[in-house]
Amino acid sequence: MEFFVQLLIDGLTLGGMYALIALGFTLVYGILLMINFAHAEMFMTGGFIGYGVLNLLGSESTIATVSDTLPFMSFLQSTQPFFTTTAVGFILMMLLTFGISAVLTGLLGITIERFAYRPLRNSPRLCALISALGMSLFLQNFVLLAVGHRMVFPTPEFLANLDAVPLFGAIRIAPIDLIIFITCLVLLFTLDRFVSKTKLGKAMRATSQDKDAAGLMGININSVIALTFFIGPALGAVAGTFFGLKYGVVTFNMGLFPGIKAFTAAVLGGIGNLRGAMLGGFLIGVLEALASGYISIAYRDVITFAILILILIFRPGGLLGESVVEKV
Amino acid sequence: MLLSVKDLHTSYGKIRAIKGISFDVAEGEIVTLIGANGAGKSTTLRTLSGLESPHEGSITFNGEDITGMKPHDITKKSLIQVPEGRRVFPQMTVAENLDMGAFLRNDKENIKEDYERVLTFFPRLQERKNQKAGTLSGGEQQMLAMGRALMAKPKLLTLDEPSMGLAPVIIEVIFEIILKLNEEGITILLIEQNANLALGISDRGYVMETGIIKLSGTGEELLANEEVRKAYLGED
Repeated sequence: MEFFVQLLIDGLTLGGMYALIALGFTLVYGILLMINFAHAEMFMTGGFIGYGVLNLLGSESTIATVSDTLPFMSFLQSTQPFFTTTAVGFILMMLLTFGISAVLTGLLGITIERFAYRPLRNSPRLCALISALGMSLFLQNFVLLAVGHRMVFPTPEFLANLDAVPLFGAIRIAPIDLIIFITCLVLLFTLDRFVSKTKLGKAMRATSQDKDAAGLMGININSVIALTFFIGPALGAVAGTFFGLKYGVVTFNMGLFPGIKAFTAAVLGGIGNLRGAMLGGFLIGVLEALASGYISIAYRDVITFAILILILIFRPGGLLGESVVEKV
Repeated sequence: MLLSVKDLHTSYGKIRAIKGISFDVAEGEIVTLIGANGAGKSTTLRTLSGLESPHEGSITFNGEDITGMKPHDITKKSLIQVPEGRRVFPQMTVAENLDMGAFLRNDKENIKEDYERVLTFFPRLQERKNQKAGTLSGGEQQMLAMGRALMAKPKLLTLDEPSMGLAPVIIEVIFEIILKLNEEGITILLIEQNANLALGISDRGYVMETGIIKLSGTGEELLANEEVRKAYLGED
């Protein structure tokens, strides 16, 4: 029982990250009917930006190097102890890291849409797909050249000193897992409310259902598409930064497997459907954790994907496919 | 003139759908474009709303040149279209669809009033307020599409084949409402295949054929015209 719950916790944490990435796939598909293959690279880029910000705020040696070339950055030397040793500082540092990573990656998403996808919007769909593949390769290689192939992600001292949180019995949850899980839930809930209740969210749904009609309502289609390309990558960046914090490393090709799994999660939930992507993400995370715990780590992907194929045979539209819940 | 179209040309790729049409709509009028399938009527309305861009000619609305503007900017000018095939948002509720019609407005109080007004025009929508628009019947969807357009406070309302695929009883209701809206001061530009019905309520009409305007006149004149009777009213 305890083993099972422990696996479940692992799975939900992992699933939360998949869900965050899956939303990016499903949002873009919902509006442009396009699979944004470069989305996995938003996750990766977000992880690298998170790595950079965290070092810039918390690592003495990084701050010293940066201050040498950019003297105006030397104020970071005085804030560093605050960020690394106090609880308030740690929370603030996390918020800054995630916030900056999400905003910058979101802006990158908008830029990519503007220059790599928008010019192809009225071309056959295959063209945008190929442009997305190109974008994916470009970003991987850009990060590889500009930063490096593998960066050790700093673990903030404060986080390292936190004790595992006892849940019940002998079950404990690592602080980072708890943070990941709660943050994912908060973000998923917020996005769900945003899309179903706010004017802008409704405009997104309207655009995904009928672009011409949405335009006739006075909705600026290009702005809505740009917004979509901000939100998706921003959420992906949060997942990427969590990935770095949890596994202690970011690599230029780290987007590949989480990307494939998140895409699968989006399809499993019913591509274009927000809640479907969330459900699919958690489901894949849990399946993966249970498969590696009870059967074999080596076979976990085989088992996970076998189950997914089975589900899709019986529900080809995904678990929450089209007619059940609305797509965005 | 509220709307003035001069020498308008629009193409889809190499196919020239409208080839230099000119017409006017004065404030308070009901004007109908009739014509066979493929005459370019829908393209004309789509161009007026900015869904297609003309490659020649000009559109002046309310004294302002709106040629080549984006759909959302044209909507801002209160030139509102009820598109062909209703085009309601199928996965949104009736109430949400009406909300979308008021997307550009911020006057909460008045929006609420207009919302109530639309529901009194179309009592059927009141009953189905929380139902997904995709589950409505064709007639109800047409009412919703019109209600949604009214939420935008149109100066000029353009309707593309509002009678298409509807039962005669429903068509009558729809046309009564068009007349009522006109009495309230909304100018109407209507496209119809049901020429008899449309010309009957129109001040003026234009007959389109393969991308050009072939005839024009008052509703009565066109109804009495022999060519029109042969071609569009099925008489020998």
